[in-house]
Amino acid sequence: MPETFSARLARHCGLGLLILIACFALLGPALIGIDPATQSLGDSLLPPGASHWLGTDVYGRSVLARIAHAAQLSLGLALLAALSAALPGVLTGVTASWCGGRIERGLVMLADACMAVPGLLLVLLFAAIAPGQYWALYIGLALSLWVEYFRVTRAASRPILHGDAVQASRLLGFGKLYVLRRHVLPALTPLLATLLPLSAAQAVLALAALGFIGVGLQPPTPELGVMMIEFFPFYSEAPWLIAAPVTLLILLVLGMMLLAGDKELT
Amino acid sequence: MSSTQTSAWRGLLLRRAIQVLALLLIIGSVCFLMVRALPGDMAMRIAASRYGYDFVGSAAASAVAQELQLQRPLWQAWLEWLGQLLRLDLGQSLVSGEAVWHEMAHHLAASLDLAVTTLILAMLIGLPLGVAAAVRPGGVADRIALLFAVVLRATPAFLLGILLMLLLAVHWGMLPAAHDDQGGTLWLPALTLALGLAAGLARISRSAVREALASPACEFARSKGLSDFQALLRHALPLAALPVLAYLGVHLVLLVEGTVVVESLFAWPGVGHALVHAVFARDVPVIQGAALSMGLLFILFNLLLDALMLAIDPRQRKPGASDA
Repeated sequence: MPETFSARLARHCGLGLLILIACFALLGPALIGIDPATQSLGDSLLPPGASHWLGTDVYGRSVLARIAHAAQLSLGLALLAALSAALPGVLTGVTASWCGGRIERGLVMLADACMAVPGLLLVLLFAAIAPGQYWALYIGLALSLWVEYFRVTRAASRPILHGDAVQASRLLGFGKLYVLRRHVLPALTPLLATLLPLSAAQAVLALAALGFIGVGLQPPTPELGVMMIEFFPFYSEAPWLIAAPVTLLILLVLGMMLLAGDKELT
Repeated sequence: MSSTQTSAWRGLLLRRAIQVLALLLIIGSVCFLMVRALPGDMAMRIAASRYGYDFVGSAAASAVAQELQLQRPLWQAWLEWLGQLLRLDLGQSLVSGEAVWHEMAHHLAASLDLAVTTLILAMLIGLPLGVAAAVRPGGVADRIALLFAVVLRATPAFLLGILLMLLLAVHWGMLPAAHDDQGGTLWLPALTLALGLAAGLARISRSAVREALASPACEFARSKGLSDFQALLRHALPLAALPVLAYLGVHLVLLVEGTVVVESLFAWPGVGHALVHAVFARDVPVIQGAALSMGLLFILFNLLLDALMLAIDPRQRKPGASDA
């Protein structure tokens, strides 16, 4: 199905937005050169100016530096979680539709079991095992995201594996690896290109939501949700403070959704 | 015919029953890990909570360890923990000392209130907007629905909640953000959750109704002399209800996840609020109880939706349909 012009434009916009944010996240901390934890209580709540482009928070920490570190954290953890959910999800999905029978039923049951627990709840519970630890959040995110990959991969690879093309390949004597590489993988690539940004967006939102209600990462860490709750009390006297993490979060999620070609948007 | 029908219902119930068991297993195990991950020596801690910190020595601790068999291997303790869960013994809250079931019943009622109001509100906003957008593609309703969807998809529930709180409660004073007698406090959290869902519903119902309007069934209804409105009401909308229900099924997760965040934001006394506070207090029995109630509620809603879809759509009752 050919992409419409507007759909392609949306994808390119999303990609551009994400590249900009990624550059900011990767290069920002080094270029700004200010430690995000350095306090200077004399410079509390400075408005945006030449030395601090986005002003300072109540402890006099540079908001720009903190935002750059937060972007790095959110983007990094979300990508890591999405990728490490994709690998087992795709492998089990293809295995299920390839083997069929008891193995498929077992895997479907496993996926059903994981779906019984809403994603954010699982992440929250893991975060409660080890409060404020990255690894706990990461495991929770990856565990809650893999099911979607499994379901999509299983549904998409089944018609291919049972189709004429694969049968012809097998009759010609090509092995399993060849079938995977030449038949299954090309069909899965566009689906993964949609799923990866969507699940990364889900991870970013979960991370921020948990930080916001105080059960995710803990305060000294520059994290978007934590920063929002820190800045919230000053929303009327220093509105630029709360605007910074909110804008970054919305742009990040919007970029990922546009890149995914979200059907509900186009 | 009737045997295939009962088998469809049985498969549906079986799938959800397995999910309930999995829910118990997963949440039970995670909470078990949570207890084990608490810092400090377990025997010492329990002894201290029994006799007070001043009277605890290693002798008391080892007596407690003897009595509660704390030196057992991990897997035995884990099995016993799960056994307790299967007997539906959730224990007492470490903070209030009340039975967890008793506390949860109260919170569940509040959460159910919020969830049902949210669903009704979302359908009241989203569905008419979607239908209006479908009837006149490119019209005003269509554009509003698209803008609505783009803005709301990228705005997380907690931000939307704060915005609504500031606008409706603080600046315009239309709705109370929090109140002690709960009069009208339901509206703001419900609206926060409903708007996100309504945006999705509007987009999905738009494409579903457009597809249904273009279907041969509708074409025939019009050619046999029904007016456009009658054809829409009698033939297009029931056909379009299925994808909308399927969408709701997938996005129920959002509702459950949203309750955790939005309930804490608005201090709504539901399960999500209880869960977050239990996490702060490291009150593991309540964490377990709240997570279980939430999961059970989620599975129950899913079951209801499945049943509704099965009742509306005769195609799903055919043999082999559950495979698709």
